[in-house]
Amino acid sequence: MTSINLAALQQEGYTEVATLPEVLADRPMHYCPGCHHGIAHRLVAEALEELGQVERTICVSSIGCSVFIYNYMHLDTVEAPHGRAAAVATGVKRARPDAFVFTYQGDGDLASIGLAESMHCANRGEKLSIVFINNTVYGMTGGQMAPTTLPGQKTTTSPGGRCASTEGLPLKMAEIMAGLGGVAYSARVATTSLKRIVEAKKAIKAAFQCQIDGRGFGFVELLSACPTNWRMTPLQANERVEKELIPYFPLGVFKDDANDPACSVSGGDS
Amino acid sequence: MTASRKFLKGNEAVVYGALAAGCRCYFGYPITPQNDIPELMSSEMVKVGGQFVQAESEVGAANMLLGAAACGVRAFTSSSSPGVSLMQEAISYMAGSELPGVIVNMARGGPGLGDIGSSQGDYFQAVKGGGHGDYRCYVLAPATCQEAYDHMIEAFDVAYAWRVPVLVLGDAILGQMKEPVTTWTPDVNADAGKDWRLEGASGRPERLLKSLFLEDGALAGHNAKLQTRYRDMQPLSRLETVGVDDAELVIVAFGTIGRIARSAASQLRKQGHKVGVARPVTLFPFPVAQLQALAVPGRRFLTIEQNCGQMVEDVRLALAGKAEVAFHGHLPGNLPNPDEFIQPILDALAAKA
Ligand SMILES: Cc1ncc(C[n+]2csc(CCOP(=O)(O)OP(=O)(O)O)c2C)c(N)n1
Ligand code: SF4
Ligand SMILES: [Mg+2]
Repeated sequence: MTSINLAALQQEGYTEVATLPEVLADRPMHYCPGCHHGIAHRLVAEALEELGQVERTICVSSIGCSVFIYNYMHLDTVEAPHGRAAAVATGVKRARPDAFVFTYQGDGDLASIGLAESMHCANRGEKLSIVFINNTVYGMTGGQMAPTTLPGQKTTTSPGGRCASTEGLPLKMAEIMAGLGGVAYSARVATTSLKRIVEAKKAIKAAFQCQIDGRGFGFVELLSACPTNWRMTPLQANERVEKELIPYFPLGVFKDDANDPACSVSGGDS
Repeated sequence: MTASRKFLKGNEAVVYGALAAGCRCYFGYPITPQNDIPELMSSEMVKVGGQFVQAESEVGAANMLLGAAACGVRAFTSSSSPGVSLMQEAISYMAGSELPGVIVNMARGGPGLGDIGSSQGDYFQAVKGGGHGDYRCYVLAPATCQEAYDHMIEAFDVAYAWRVPVLVLGDAILGQMKEPVTTWTPDVNADAGKDWRLEGASGRPERLLKSLFLEDGALAGHNAKLQTRYRDMQPLSRLETVGVDDAELVIVAFGTIGRIARSAASQLRKQGHKVGVARPVTLFPFPVAQLQALAVPGRRFLTIEQNCGQMVEDVRLALAGKAEVAFHGHLPGNLPNPDEFIQPILDALAAKA
């Protein structure tokens, strides 16, 4: 993919119906065809712009396929060790309370190696936001079993399918986070259709708004396709999210203190 | 610079030294014998308007330090040996990302859970990198409560001047002993870090702090740059010497053991034995040239450590065969006493060691 020559396209009679957010770098992404990381990046970029946060944002990147998020967003960024993004983000936010701080993490990163850092960050009610990409596998390392791998799902380290009695059941992070005291907002969304993408963006903005208002920790889980490691075409992978992931990982808002006056505290963080 | 006099434990001196140095974030997790540091920080840091976080683990604490350091805000964490092992991942990332953080290790006995008494068993971990990859920390080894205070101020200055993690390696004795300390407040360079720190990319291009270098040749170049920096830091090395001019035997010892060796040496001086002490104050960079200068013909060396023989390897490397270097290891688990050093020193003097 090369940069779009808008003027040339317009001469051919095309009209512009959407623009790239300025914070998103106009550069081809390394993600596989049909990967949902790209959609998630764009939604994060649009949310940051629409909420006017770009110039005060510090992004904490994680280790997984999205480790290069900093190549795609014009944001100050620090790279966290695998699983430690929530602890790094805590340090960033405590050092710079005026900054808008978010992490972007995969399911292996957040729900396995970084479970302690993630849950304690949430439980402390750190005024930051986490965008969590659940694709039910370790994408970057070649499709091994993740804590979110579905029962029976075959991966390179669960060749016979994940066995609930020896490998446990998938962690439902959005629900787990919603049960923690410091969490102001927790939701699960998907990006399989235009309608769902609109909902996903709403959830990301709601999670970000908690931080802007100083209400507490915001969490959004995005069910995402990894066609490469699922050994599927992009369309099949999209369908798998609908038919297999959503029934196990229900979509919805599990906590929103904006609708619960008892949880809200006064005063913004800026 | 304003100075006053206080009676402080080593752990407390660390806290007040850090605050004087402009430290505004502390992240920690309880472990003996350094608990005074998080306990005192939980109130003192709040008084100066800074941030105190009791982390979920030392893994968390060290990564919080990484985050605060990325913002160019003076921050530190402290622990003792088992906890410092857990911090090695973050320290390696900080070294790779060129982030200035300060880590205090009030070391205790190992391996494993060891004990809560003093030990120098973490020397290798401190000075050889400790985590994965080719990197070094600047390592200071305070021997007195005054040094604990002063070294915290130096630690932040060096961390920011060179963009390296700095380790202050004390031990259970230093953390718990109480001495008069002259407290002072340095001028802090608020501009340090202004061309790389993260604050939001407002009115300038975005900044990136990372340790991943995949492009062809990029990691090699990055490693070469770090190695050059470590070599350039060599002039910062320091060796404190006492009674070495006419010494037949020079004892090399660091930290509190250096101090105990000094008591033993002065006892022996009174009996007419020509014994001196050389105490490396910086463990990395190691005072190689200063030690070499002491290796005059006929002079012997004895390294004393509270471990099974770690710094002695660096002393032998530094002296490069120019002098014989004996070793006496005081085992972690036993509290050292100057009297116990007398016989090993006499043996070394008599070239029996
Ligand atoms: C300490 C450590 N252990 C293991 C790895 C190897 N590793 C890199 S990415 C990754 C998992 C990534 O999976 P996930 O977080 O789900 O992200 P995805 O690639 O699926 O988006 C692992 C195990 C590492 N970099 N560091
Ligand atoms: S491996 Fe999976 S998660 Fe990674 S880029 Fe490809 S499709 Fe996306
Ligand atoms: Mg994944």
